Amino acid sequence: MNPQFEHLYEALSKVDGYIYPNEIELSWSILIVLYPFITGLVAGAFILASLERVFNVKALRPTYVIALLTAFAFMLVATMPLIFHLGQPLRAWEIMITPHLTSAMAIFGFVYLWYLMVVLLLEIWFDYRADMVVWSKDAKGLKKWLYKAFSLGINDASPESRKWDDKLGYIVTVIGIPSAFLLHGYVGFIFGSIKANPWWSTVMMPVIFLFSAMVSGIALVMLVFMVLNYVRRQKIDMLCLDTIAKYLFYIIIIDFTLESLDQIHRFYEAEESFEIISLLMSGKLFVTLLIFQILLGMIIPLITLGTLQFFKPKEKIRQAIYFVTGLLVLFGIFFMRWNVVIGGQLFSKSFYGFTSFKLSLIGPEGFLMASIWLVIPFLILAFLLWLFPPWKKTQHEHLPAE
Amino acid sequence: MPVQLKRLLILGVVLFSVFLLFKYLLTPASFGQYGHYRGLALEENAALTAKYTGSEACYDCHDSIVAVKNESLHSSIACESCHGPGFKHIEDPENEKMDQPDSREFCAHCHAFNKARPEKAITQQDIREHNPDEKCIECHNPHQPQQ
Repeated sequence: MNPQFEHLYEALSKVDGYIYPNEIELSWSILIVLYPFITGLVAGAFILASLERVFNVKALRPTYVIALLTAFAFMLVATMPLIFHLGQPLRAWEIMITPHLTSAMAIFGFVYLWYLMVVLLLEIWFDYRADMVVWSKDAKGLKKWLYKAFSLGINDASPESRKWDDKLGYIVTVIGIPSAFLLHGYVGFIFGSIKANPWWSTVMMPVIFLFSAMVSGIALVMLVFMVLNYVRRQKIDMLCLDTIAKYLFYIIIIDFTLESLDQIHRFYEAEESFEIISLLMSGKLFVTLLIFQILLGMIIPLITLGTLQFFKPKEKIRQAIYFVTGLLVLFGIFFMRWNVVIGGQLFSKSFYGFTSFKLSLIGPEGFLMASIWLVIPFLILAFLLWLFPPWKKTQHEHLPAE
Repeated sequence: MPVQLKRLLILGVVLFSVFLLFKYLLTPASFGQYGHYRGLALEENAALTAKYTGSEACYDCHDSIVAVKNESLHSSIACESCHGPGFKHIEDPENEKMDQPDSREFCAHCHAFNKARPEKAITQQDIREHNPDEKCIECHNPHQPQQ
């Protein structure tokens, strides 16, 4: 048989009930799942950094720079899943040079650029400027020239100039917090504003995306912080780790409450889409939603982190619990994005049927491609940590917020 | 003004100017002429030769077949839907022949069983089971499919 028809018959065998022809195959696959996941990690890591800087949580000081570098490494990759999904990388700049001001998607280019250039890059630059001046004097070869170029030829590392760095960096962080909210709230808005899809169309979507972003970003920085200390054979600052876990616990409570509120609202309203959505939740999404996202990604971390707020076992045990919990949280948030993106395309907009989705291993939308875009940010982070080692920075306290 | 702010401002102005330069150089000249797209795209498309001639052109020579088809269940289907674009055939009917598709797969484009197609509107068959080794046109005349 003609391969085209083999494909049609295979696709039709995945269909249950009635479905429109253009809904049989999913147009958004794992790369579009990665996009909100990676963007969320950026926003979350940045918000953890600003807890130290703006909200003056001193215990988080050792994670400040790590959080910023993590956010930066993931930010550089955030658009890649989108560009590779669209498959026309040479047209990507068109949304910048001929901006369509009424398209939410097109505005993303500017939100992204603002956040990357004005917020993240500047904050890291102000934090490292004086160090780069000092390092450029001792370093040799490539490093020396990179430091010179990145410090924009400034030679001044005096306490006076550091005060200015702190002041300006503080202003950037204050601008950065609403920008981080804007960046990830916007990703939620893209889904929340699609009124034809009842699984996406809720005003809660930007808020839920924002808080789940914070959850995943904090968990990631916690893991990076622990791994860095293991690799460098340093004793982990337990006050810092306990404090990150405490904030992670608080934000998971808020996130869990908001997501539950959204679902309860859906159940209580029971609009005409309710039947298909409840079938979706108890059927196609049973494993990824109820087991992966809610049980493994939310309830177990809530129980473990909650218990550790009252009962403190030995440091080694606490570290192990934090490590596993961090991984579970990241796993759960990844599947939260999965359930939104893939789940929203599994049911027919006629509300009478389902299609199904099978992730391929290779190919432009396959598992391997997605893995590449999840590994690259860690390689970038390793490079950044080599070039800008936080442990070699001159110790100084940020100026208290004025 | 501290030196770092001065350097950043200079860098910012340079980057913004480069952006504006790129925007100026890369934006197509006719962009925005009619709307949010390249105006010349309309003229370029209008200048292309039409490939489909329409069923009236077929009627001039093949009136008997068109008349039969127009009385049949396929009356709403244009000739070129099955036989392909006719612009060359009209200019040189002897040498440029139209497509005459006769494969099972071709009929299955519309008649393969598909849950999303209303069965009242279009006859459907599971082409894996319905006389799998025969050609559809051996039993069904595509110009008079109800017979």
